[in-house]
Amino acid sequence: MGNKQTTFTEEQLEAYQDCTFFTRKEILRLHTRYRELAPHLVPLDYTNNPDIKVPMTLIITMPELKENPFRERIVETFSEDGQGNLSFNDFIDMFSALCEASPRELKTIYAFKIYDFNRDNFICKEDLEKTLNKLTKGELTPEEVTLVCDKAIEEADLDGDNKLSFADFENMISKAPDFLSNFHIRI
Amino acid sequence: MARNVNFDLSHPLMEAGLESPADEEGVHDSFQQLIAEHTDDGAESSALELQQLQSDLDEESRDNIPLCGPEHEHRRQGASDLECDGGEREMDQIQGEGWSSDTLKILSSMPSRTIGRNRGAIISQYCNKTLKLRRRRQTRPSIRDFSPSSRPTIRSYGMEGDTTDAEVNKRERLVNNLQNLPVSDRVRMLRGMPLSVAEKKEIRNLVMQKEKRILSNKKLSCYSQLKYYIIIAARKSWYSWLSFLHSLQPWQTLLKRVSGRFGTGVLSYFLFLKTLLFFNVFLFLVTGAFLVLPQAVHPPDEATETTSFSGLDLLTGAGSFSHTVMYYGYYTNYTLPRRSRGEGGGQNASALSSDSQQFSYNMPLAYFFTIGMAFFITCIILVYSMSKTFGRSFRINKSHSILTMKTFSSWDFKVIKKKSVQIMSENICTQLKELLAELTQKHTKSTFCKRFCRLMVHGVAWTICIASTTGCMAGVYHFSEFIRKDQQNHSKLEGNPLMKEARLLSLPAVVSLINLLLPALFNLVAWMEIYESPSVFAYVAIGRNLMLKTSMLGVLCFHWLGGVAPGYEKLGLTCWESFVGQELYRFLLMDFIFTLLDTLFGELLWRLFSEKVLKRKRKPVFDIARNVLDLIYGQTLAWLGVLFSPLLPAVQILKLFLVFYIKMSSVMMNCQAPRKPYRASQMTTIFITLLCIPSLLGASVCVTYTMWSITPSTSCGPFRGLSTMFKAGKHWMEILEKDNPRLSVLSKAHTYFVENPFFLFVGAGIFLIVIYFHSQVVDGQRKIISLLQDQIQNEGEDKKFLINQLQSVHKQKQEAGKRLKSQDSTC
Repeated sequence: MGNKQTTFTEEQLEAYQDCTFFTRKEILRLHTRYRELAPHLVPLDYTNNPDIKVPMTLIITMPELKENPFRERIVETFSEDGQGNLSFNDFIDMFSALCEASPRELKTIYAFKIYDFNRDNFICKEDLEKTLNKLTKGELTPEEVTLVCDKAIEEADLDGDNKLSFADFENMISKAPDFLSNFHIRI
Repeated sequence: MARNVNFDLSHPLMEAGLESPADEEGVHDSFQQLIAEHTDDGAESSALELQQLQSDLDEESRDNIPLCGPEHEHRRQGASDLECDGGEREMDQIQGEGWSSDTLKILSSMPSRTIGRNRGAIISQYCNKTLKLRRRRQTRPSIRDFSPSSRPTIRSYGMEGDTTDAEVNKRERLVNNLQNLPVSDRVRMLRGMPLSVAEKKEIRNLVMQKEKRILSNKKLSCYSQLKYYIIIAARKSWYSWLSFLHSLQPWQTLLKRVSGRFGTGVLSYFLFLKTLLFFNVFLFLVTGAFLVLPQAVHPPDEATETTSFSGLDLLTGAGSFSHTVMYYGYYTNYTLPRRSRGEGGGQNASALSSDSQQFSYNMPLAYFFTIGMAFFITCIILVYSMSKTFGRSFRINKSHSILTMKTFSSWDFKVIKKKSVQIMSENICTQLKELLAELTQKHTKSTFCKRFCRLMVHGVAWTICIASTTGCMAGVYHFSEFIRKDQQNHSKLEGNPLMKEARLLSLPAVVSLINLLLPALFNLVAWMEIYESPSVFAYVAIGRNLMLKTSMLGVLCFHWLGGVAPGYEKLGLTCWESFVGQELYRFLLMDFIFTLLDTLFGELLWRLFSEKVLKRKRKPVFDIARNVLDLIYGQTLAWLGVLFSPLLPAVQILKLFLVFYIKMSSVMMNCQAPRKPYRASQMTTIFITLLCIPSLLGASVCVTYTMWSITPSTSCGPFRGLSTMFKAGKHWMEILEKDNPRLSVLSKAHTYFVENPFFLFVGAGIFLIVIYFHSQVVDGQRKIISLLQDQIQNEGEDKKFLINQLQSVHKQKQEAGKRLKSQDSTC
């Protein structure tokens, strides 16, 4: 479209357009948002792919994530080092996976990773308890929490190992019609 | 094919591993490593091997699983337990037995448990996906891809027999598959892969490089090169077009603010408004380009009465507006430009004939086909979007895992504001508590008396609703008759213009008032009823509201098409279509004014009242369903009116714009986030369906009836003089046949197919058969789903059995080893 911008080369922008669900303008806007988080850290010129990571403490101050109870988990899931420090690639990956055009399968995989707090590739009872506590902000009594966890695992566990594997999770989510519209962050 | 599973102790575990029935393609390569590294005497070296294996797994995995995760704790403890004698530690497994380290190794490397965990598994999974897609897209591989051997081998199809390659080879295969896919599929695959963007870019680079290499190597014909460059250029322009379209999307920031504060439910109302806006823009462009523009450029010959513009004209749509492009009456019934007869015929004939050859525009035909095509295309777009949303929200089986679904899919990630987040937390908490209570309580069968009472209350409520609706229908009908008779009597008299306008505006005002007040009555009535679930309550409210609005529109259509149209001369009208167009304009306007009043009183004043007088902390809740039904009602009016007033979509566009901003500011100021759960995707499907079936279908039926059976006015409009509007098409066919006898086939086809009702019956019959067939397919799929679920459970049982067997084999070997040791020590 003939916009003069020096942040990315044309090949980089095309690569981003092919690998994410964003258009050119959105990618540039995302870069501006990324830079706003740490202007002294993030350079304006990304043509030579600098290896800069913004720490988690700054990322979770974003208004889209600030009040989300799962913000740390989201940022950790998309960070390459697992600690929550996002490079620009990770940043754009995060918002692309959670955008409106992202398909159900992709969202299911990332939802599973986010809810898997101890990263053992299963959603076990402790993971469920943590999820519930974050959802209800501690309003449920511990007995109720345990009851909900037990019932939930009973409902969704298909292969009988008392934990939810990815297959169980996917099967359960495929029956939830609101999952796609709820698991969506607008940027 | 049954495999001979050997549980003989003398066989090393290695062979058992190699006979593994797991799907070879999906297993990542360290499985083989695991088995290969295992020795007969596993106990001593297992601890060291475990650590080494762990570091191997860690190198491959994308999320660096910290070494001190709980499962690894268990494994290490398990290993150390094996070294010491004594009981094994209890771990949280299926039967409470401690699994040995080997069993745990095997368990952890099972394909179902590595999905999404490490790159190797993802790459092989996507390798298979791309291969399947490639096979589906290509019928045969191109001859150039064949190796020059004379015997066809499996290699020529891009399949490698060796499946145990390292990750690098797997990536090669993925790149190869991606490169052979068409570009759109490739991009879709790339975007859908759960890898990091950096890796995706790398894979993409490899694919691009490979493509470039292939192109530069092969001696491509000029044609293929050109095709390649055209595809690249098309791709670039497609991206810039998408970008442009995206920037055209209005109200992005406002929508984000609304969703941040109120969530998906209220957002869906505004998105629905946006959809309606696009439909109207499309309609406006079509009618504007094909009807309004040609007619505006070539104004009709008849002398127009130039009445001065007064403010009242905006309200009534009559007066100075009545002889403009806005209404049907202005349009001419001849081909544009008009060949003037009589004057200067001789000299100008040649000039005129050359002119008319350049541009001839048959207005009646254009009118007929434009309206028809506009409705048809709108119908197609609507049915398409309906099927898309339906596919997203339709669930074949009633789900049993309600609690889990609530836990994992009820948090709305769009909500940003702190207060709204708090409200949402409380909502979810309440819903979970209710669900728990429901599940844990024994379902007490309510007594017969209670059920009877409830049914009685429902019956009373429904009677009240239906009675009030019928009453209003009768009232509106009689009032419209009264207005008509009044107009008949007063048509000759020159009354006060203000009174005239008031008379014209009375019917729209009454109908809009009914539409405003009666749903409130329905809500009041519904308060006394008890429903099993809040969603049933929502559906019943929508149903009653819909019933009211459909009956109102039905009465009005009957009044116009059955009352005004046949007897328009008695009313003193020269042009009934223009009159109906003006009526619809007035209805739209009144609807807008009443929406404004409703927002003002219903939301602003109510909030002030409840805060100051009632001292309640809670603001009113935005009633999504009622507002969406109001939008649908307005859109139905617009669709009904397009035939009679081609510029009505423009009025509707303006109205929707203003309604958006008014509702947005009102919601932000006066309302709070909803307290009840709102299933946004199901509701969106329902609303789109309602837009299609009663709304568009009803409007199309009315328009078709008008075109088919009603006589157009004799002195105005493009169809004057014909017995029905439909005859214009027939007329044109006859003219075509006269001019060009070869096209008589077309006119015969027209006579036999379009006018013959038999053809319509056959068409409808085929349509019904197709629907029945599809419903049978859905039934069959439902059965298959339940069978597959049983199969999954059986597989789970099988797995448990095998793991237990593996564990018992290991235990036996262990005990045998211990016995040997103790024997050695004693000797």
